[in-house]
Amino acid sequence: MHRMIQSHATEFALLAVIIVISLVLSLSTDSFFTPGNAFDLLNSSSVNIIFAVGLLVVLIAGGIDISFAVAASVVQYVTAILLGWIGGGGWLSGLLIAGGAGVLLGAFNAFLIHKFRIISIVATIATFNIYFGLLMFFTRGVSIYNLPEWLTDRVILYEREMTDGSWIEITLPVLVMIICVVATWIFITRTTTGRQLYAFGDNPEGARRFGINIGAMQFIAFGWLGLMAGIGGLIQAHYAQEVVPNALYGRELDVLAAVVLGGARLGGGKGSVFGCVLGVLLISITQNGLNLAGVSPFAFRMIIGAIILAAITLSNTRLEKLLPFMRQEGGRG
Amino acid sequence: MSELARPKSGQKPLLSLRNINMTFGGIKALKNVSFDVLPGEVHCLAGENGSGKSTLIKIVTGVYRPEPGASIDYDGQTYSHMSPVTAQAAGIKVIWQDLALFPEMSVAENIAFQTVLGRWPRFVNYARMRETAIRALARLGVSLDVDLPLKEYPISQRQIVAIARALVGEAKLVFMDEPTASLTQSETDHLLDIVRTLSASGVAVVFVSHRLAEVLDISSRLTVLRDGALVGVYPATGMTQSRITELMTGKTFDHETRARDVSANPAMLEVEKFSRPGLFEDISFTVRRGETLGITGLLGAGRTELALSLFGMLKPRSGTIKIDGKPVRFSSNRDAIAAGVAYLSEDRLSLGLIQPQSIADNLVIASLDRITSGGLLSDDRKRALVARWIADLGIRIGRQGDAVSTLSGGNQQRIAIAKWLATDPKLLILDAPTVGVDVGARAGIFDIIAKLADSGLAIILISDEVPEVYFHADRVLHMAEGRIVNRFTPRDCTLQDIEAAVYA
Amino acid sequence: MIAFFNRARALMGPEMAGPGFALLAVVVFFSLASPQFLSRATFGSVAFQLPELGLLTLAMLLPILTGGLNLAITFTANIAGLTAAWVLKSNGGVDAGPVAFFIACLLAIGVGAASGLVMGLVIAYTRAHPILVSLSMMIFLRGLGEFLTRGGDISGFPTFIQPIGHGSILGLPIPLLIFIICVLIWHVLLTRMKLGFNTYMIGSNIEATRYSGINTRKVQVLVYTLSGAMCAIAGIIMMARFNSVRVGHGESYLLITVLACFLGGVNPFGGFGRVIPVFVALVVLQLLSSGLNLMGANQHLATAVWGILLIAVMILRYAAGHLKFLQRIKG
Repeated sequence: MHRMIQSHATEFALLAVIIVISLVLSLSTDSFFTPGNAFDLLNSSSVNIIFAVGLLVVLIAGGIDISFAVAASVVQYVTAILLGWIGGGGWLSGLLIAGGAGVLLGAFNAFLIHKFRIISIVATIATFNIYFGLLMFFTRGVSIYNLPEWLTDRVILYEREMTDGSWIEITLPVLVMIICVVATWIFITRTTTGRQLYAFGDNPEGARRFGINIGAMQFIAFGWLGLMAGIGGLIQAHYAQEVVPNALYGRELDVLAAVVLGGARLGGGKGSVFGCVLGVLLISITQNGLNLAGVSPFAFRMIIGAIILAAITLSNTRLEKLLPFMRQEGGRG
Repeated sequence: MSELARPKSGQKPLLSLRNINMTFGGIKALKNVSFDVLPGEVHCLAGENGSGKSTLIKIVTGVYRPEPGASIDYDGQTYSHMSPVTAQAAGIKVIWQDLALFPEMSVAENIAFQTVLGRWPRFVNYARMRETAIRALARLGVSLDVDLPLKEYPISQRQIVAIARALVGEAKLVFMDEPTASLTQSETDHLLDIVRTLSASGVAVVFVSHRLAEVLDISSRLTVLRDGALVGVYPATGMTQSRITELMTGKTFDHETRARDVSANPAMLEVEKFSRPGLFEDISFTVRRGETLGITGLLGAGRTELALSLFGMLKPRSGTIKIDGKPVRFSSNRDAIAAGVAYLSEDRLSLGLIQPQSIADNLVIASLDRITSGGLLSDDRKRALVARWIADLGIRIGRQGDAVSTLSGGNQQRIAIAKWLATDPKLLILDAPTVGVDVGARAGIFDIIAKLADSGLAIILISDEVPEVYFHADRVLHMAEGRIVNRFTPRDCTLQDIEAAVYA
Repeated sequence: MIAFFNRARALMGPEMAGPGFALLAVVVFFSLASPQFLSRATFGSVAFQLPELGLLTLAMLLPILTGGLNLAITFTANIAGLTAAWVLKSNGGVDAGPVAFFIACLLAIGVGAASGLVMGLVIAYTRAHPILVSLSMMIFLRGLGEFLTRGGDISGFPTFIQPIGHGSILGLPIPLLIFIICVLIWHVLLTRMKLGFNTYMIGSNIEATRYSGINTRKVQVLVYTLSGAMCAIAGIIMMARFNSVRVGHGESYLLITVLACFLGGVNPFGGFGRVIPVFVALVVLQLLSSGLNLMGANQHLATAVWGILLIAVMILRYAAGHLKFLQRIKG
C-alpha cells in the first residue's frame, strides 16, 4: 500500500484534496452531497475530460498543444456544414466526421513538428492563431443555432428519481467521455504503441536507439489529441445546443492546468489517465461546490486559481518534507 | 591468464565490418575502418574520446548508416547497413555509455523493453515482462524490486538494469560502452564473471573502457582506433596499460612523480573534524600554499560531497575550516568564492560550463564584478579579460563569441579553469579535471596545474584514477565510505602501494 | 562603414535574419499591393497599436529568456490598470489631480511587480514549471478582476491622462515614445547589466549557473518581478487609450506576445534572444495587420496570417540550417 501511494503520489494527493473539499462542501451546503449533483457534475465536466485525456497523450510524448481547443471549434463548424451537405446525418456520421476532421488538424501540427523540426509550443501557437483567425474570418463570428435535431436533443441513457426528489441521469456526453477515458487508458498503458510513446517522452534519444519511429510517435500523439478534440467539440455542440466560434477559445489553458495538476509533466514521460481525470474533477467540484454554497460566480475563478497555485506549490515542495513518515516506511526495501 | 577458450585461427568471424566511413558536418568520424569480432570472444575496443568508438557501435546497431561502399557481415548475412530493429532481432545488444534507460518507467519495463517494440500495436503482457526482468536480474545475481520506477534507484543500480536489459533475448554479440564507470570493485568483479559466463556460452562481448587494465586479462584481442582510423588489432596477452595508451595517442609518456616537499609553506586551508553524516565524517587535513593535495577513492567515497562542502554548496553538520588562518563559514558558494575558494565540477557538460553559451560569457561568469564599470558591464573589459586568460593558458579557440560546446574536451576544461582563475582564488579544487579529456591533452592540463601550484595557489586534485594523483600531487589522501582511511606521500611510496589500498 | 555594419550586427545578432527578412517582404508586398500603404496613416495606426502589444511582449520576453513563460501578463496588466483606476476614482474620478495620477501609476506598477514577485518566488523556491505557475496566477488574477469589477468596466478618469494614450510630442505618439524608452531599458538590461547576463545563463543551464556562484533564485525572482512591472505599464497605457479599464482587455494579446518573441528569433528553450529583433518582429506584425486592413481584411485574417508568418519563418530557418549543413558536408 505504501508503495502504491508512493508511486502514485500525485493521484493520491489529489484524491485526498478532493475528499477534503467534498467533506467541507457537504457540511456547508445541503445540496452538494447528493447523487443528483454528482451526476450533474459528471455531465458538465465531460467535454473537459475528453479534451484532457487527449492532451495527456501529447504531454506524455513530450509535446504540448495550444491549438486543440480552437481546433475543436473548427471541427464543430466543419461538421455542421458537412452534415448539412449530406442531409442531416446521425450520431455515427457526426462522430466520424468530427473525429476525422480533428485527426487531420492534429496531424497538421505533427507534420510541422516532425517535418520542419519546429518545437511543439511554437508550432501550435502558430496553428492556434491560424485556426482561430481563419475560423473567425470565414464565419464572421456568426454562431450556428439550427443544428440537426438529433444533435441538439438530449440523449438520456439512464434516469431514476432518488428518494430525495433529485434525478440521477447518465447522458450521452458521460457515456462518450467514459469511452474516451477507457480507450485512452488502454491505449497508453496496455498497448505497445502507448508504451513507446511513454519511452519516447521519457528519453527521446534512448527511444531512437531502439529504432522507435519518432515521426510516427508525433503523428500518433497529435492525431489522438485531434481525435479527442474532434469528439469533444461535437459533444460540446450537443451539450450547448449551438455552435459559437469563440466558445472554446481560452479552454486550452484551463485544460492544460487541469492535466498538469493531475501529475502529467511538461517535458514528457509522465502522467496518468486517472490523475488527469482527477485534475479536471478537482476544478469542477470546487466550482460546483462554491456555486452551491452561494459564493459569487465572479469569485470562482479567483479561488480556483488560488487552489491550483497552492497545489502546485505544495506538490513541488517534496511530499516527504510534509509527510516525513512516508519516507521511512515507503522507502526501498 | 584466464582459462577462456582462445579463438582458433581460421575461425569465421561473427561480425565483420569493412570499408566503414562516416562523416559528420565535414569531419570524418571514421575513415575506412575494418573491425572483426569472433564468436564467443571478449574483445577490447580502445581509443581516445572522439576516436570513433561510439560511432562504430552506432553503425553496428543501426543508429547510424555508414557511407556507401560499406559492408557489414554478421552471422552469415551481408548488410549495407543495419537498422535498430534488425540489429536487436539478430541478437546485437548494447549497454550504452549514457545507459539510454527510461527513468519514469518501471525496472521491469526497462529490462524487457524489447517486448514493447515493433511496428504494429499489440497488448502488453506485464506478467511476462516481470518474469523476463526477474530472470535477467537473477542471471546477474541481483534482485531489485522490478515494479518501482527506475528513477528511484541510484546510478550504479541503473547500470545493472542496463546490463540486464542487454541479456534479455538471444544475445549473440554484446557491446559494453564504459560499463564499469560507476560500479564498485566488487560489482565490477561480478560483471567480469558474467562476461566470462557469456563468453563461455558462445556470446561475443566487445568492451569499450578507459580502464582497460581491468578487462585485459579476460579478453583475447584488442582493436585500437585513433582519429577515426584503425591503428591495429593486437592479441591481449602481454599488453599493458601504458602500451595501449601509446597506441591510442601515438605518443609515449614517461611519468615521474612531481611530488615536492612543501611542508615549510604556510597553511592555506585547514579542515578540522569536518562531518556530514551519511556523506563524509571526521575529515581533517591541511593544504599549504603552493601544495597540490590529491584525494582519491572509489566512486561514492564522498570525495565530491566533501568538495561541495568546502565550496559552500553542501552544509556540514559539524567541524571547522580556516582559510589563510581565518575561520570561515559559508552559507552559499558565493561566500566561498568571496573567500577565495574555487571549485571545478566533475561534470563539465552539465555543471561545469554552460555549453550553448559563448566562450567569453563562460569565462567571465564567476567574475562579473571585474568587468563592471559604473554598474554596467563593459564589453571592452570583457574582451580584454578573456583574451588574457586565453593567452595565459594557451587555449585554442576560434572566436570569443563561439559556443563553448564547439571546443574539444581539453580546451573546454581550460576555459573552466580560466573561469575560476579569473576570480583570483587562493584554493582551487579540481574535481576529476581529466574526465572527457583526451589522453594526449591531459598532459597539458597537468602542466597548467603544476604552474598554478608553483605560483603559490593551494590545489586539491580529486580523481578516481590513482596514477593521476600519484604523479601530480604532493600528498595523497585515500577516502572510503566518507572517511580518510590512508595518507600517502608519493615520494615515499610506489603507485602500486596506493592502488593496492584503493582497489582492495 | 564596415565597422558600422559590424557594430550593427553585433547589436542585433544572428536573430535578426528572420524578422529582417519578414520586414522587407511585408513592406515590399504591401507597397506594391496598395498605394496607400507607405503613408502617414499607416505609420499612425502602427504607432498607436504597437505599444500595448509591444510592452506586453517585453514582459513576456524576460521569462522566455530564462526558459520559462509568463502566461499571466494580460491579466496582470488588467489588475494593475484596475489599481490605477481605483486610486483615481477614490480621489475624485474625473477631477483627480496629477498627484493622484502619479500615485496611481506607482501603485499600479507595485501591484504588477507584486504579482510577478509571487510567481518568481514560487518558481524559484519550488521549481514548479513556470507555465503552470503563471497559468494559475492568470486564472487567479482573472477571477480577482472579475470579482472586483463584477464583469463591468470602470471609466471616468481625468482628461489629462488621455494624451498618454492618444497624444503626440513632435509628431511622435506618446505611447510609442514610452514603448521605445522601455525597449531601450530592456536592451541595456539584457546587454549591459549583470541581471541580464545571468538571465541568459539561467536560460541555458540553471544548475551550471548556480555552480558558478550566481544567485539563481534572486535572478528568477527579479525577472518575474520586472515582467510584472512591465505589464503594469502596459495596463496604464491601455487605461489611458480606452479611457476605461475592463478585465479581459487585451486577453487575445497573450499568445501573440509569445508568437512575436519566437518570430524575433528568441530561443523557445531560453538562453538566446535579443530585444531589437523582437521589436522589429512586432513592427512586422503591426504592418501586416495595417496592410491587410487597407486591403479590406479584418483583424481575424491578420491573426491567421501572423500564424502563417511564424511557420514560414520557422521553415525558412530550418531550410537555412539544412543548407548550411549540406554545404559543410560538401566542403
